[in-house]
Amino acid sequence: MRYICLVHMQAGVFDGLTPEARAEVDRRSLAYDRQLQTDGHYVHADALEGGDSAVLVQVREGRVFTTDGPYMESKEQLGGFILIEARDMNEALRLAAGIPMAEFGTIEVRPIYKFPDPDA
Amino acid sequence: MREIEAIYRTERGRVLASLIRLLGDFELAEEAVHEAFLAASQQWPKTGIPANARAWLVSAGRFKAIDRVRKGARFRRITPELSRLTDSEDNVQPETEDIADDTLRLIFTCCHPALGADAQIAMTLREVCGLTTEEVASAFLAKPAAVAQRIVRAKQKIRDEAIPYEVPPPSQWPARLDSVLHTLYLIFNEGYAASHGEALIRRELCDEAIRLARLLQQLHPTPDGEGLLALLLLHQSRAATRAGPHGEIVLLEAQDRRQWDRALIAEGTALAEHAFAQPPVGAYTIEALIAATHAAAADASATDWRRIVSLYDLLVIADASPVIALNRAVAIAMRDGPEAGLALITPLAEGSLKAYRFSHAARADLLRRLGRNDEARDAYRSALALTQQKAERAFLEKRLGDLKD
Repeated sequence: MRYICLVHMQAGVFDGLTPEARAEVDRRSLAYDRQLQTDGHYVHADALEGGDSAVLVQVREGRVFTTDGPYMESKEQLGGFILIEARDMNEALRLAAGIPMAEFGTIEVRPIYKFPDPDA
Repeated sequence: MREIEAIYRTERGRVLASLIRLLGDFELAEEAVHEAFLAASQQWPKTGIPANARAWLVSAGRFKAIDRVRKGARFRRITPELSRLTDSEDNVQPETEDIADDTLRLIFTCCHPALGADAQIAMTLREVCGLTTEEVASAFLAKPAAVAQRIVRAKQKIRDEAIPYEVPPPSQWPARLDSVLHTLYLIFNEGYAASHGEALIRRELCDEAIRLARLLQQLHPTPDGEGLLALLLLHQSRAATRAGPHGEIVLLEAQDRRQWDRALIAEGTALAEHAFAQPPVGAYTIEALIAATHAAAADASATDWRRIVSLYDLLVIADASPVIALNRAVAIAMRDGPEAGLALITPLAEGSLKAYRFSHAARADLLRRLGRNDEARDAYRSALALTQQKAERAFLEKRLGDLKD
């Protein structure tokens, strides 16, 4: 089954870190992605630019509306995601607990919804 | 490779149990099992399957884990067991005898009294039977997110309280034996009437439960353990006849009794009688005697229902659960006719067993025999609404379709 690990973190969570410490977090994050890859759990992962870089899009009655992001005005921001393949929810939680960012923010683990097969 | 899939099904639980002992850490062991099977799927197609696949997997998993801890690839609290493990480069290979007991160790650990009953069962079904979190949740009609956390917390507790991974000394058995026996019973049940999925019978789980019940009796013989082993053997004796060629359910009364395993029946019956002679007599022993009574009948019509009802009368004293009351009512229906059984089952199906599929199925069957087809149809539908297992659904749908207006 597939699960998405959404990485939520407070804006400015890295502010107190030295450049070296910051680089170390990045290094560990990339190393963990590679580990997931070797173990056959990895589907896709990416980090996101800050919420203030976002543009929100809506279509209403055929018209496109755009506004500045982020979508949710909260202290917690979506900082990235890792899509994984795991045998069950507990394995997904174990893999999520290994994500280095879990030490700085919160990982939300959600099963990927399977659309019902229209031919079944 | 189909063989590897088969080995995964039969060996995963035991490989995991051994690795938990060797690594002293549930999570690391689960990672290691995954990696060991991954390595097997890459190597075995080239090299062939090793003679002792289980030992190969345990050893591969162990090396992968040590390698991983050394690399410190991920954040992890290093326990003393782990540091010992990585310090001694070439420490001894797992002993075969140790491996034989590992699943039992795992069950005793999962049944530690510090863990709640729900957590014990959820852990056992996942770690020992290899069910996924989602399957466990569906068996209990619970949410996967809730079951997943129950399992995470239980593991955390095992770690925080340093619950040892061992079969405890006999002085500590009384506090845990009931849970352990119950767990073996559940493992067998999950194999005998899988709550989930395509196949009605998962033979490997039944075999494993019997193996462990035997092992338990060797280590520490008790009348209840003997009764349980007897019960499992007697159920197993009918395994070959419980499903038809297409996996459909064949009821006890329609099974081909010539195919029942006489050796298992003889062994199970002898054990049940021996356990019965050592009071106080427990529920497993009485259930085993009921199964032995069925096994002794040359055909369904020769079944000694008087004796079976008397045994149920005893059983409701040993175990006052509504499920036992339901089974007793079915036996009474066989002895005294459907009307008598129905009078006992209806309040159960409308009360404490409202969400239990078999109470509606049993009620439907009695109504059908009384020719009360409209009510029978309703009851079959109630049962169907509660049934997820494929073969059970097919059975109920067939019965429903057979009912004429």
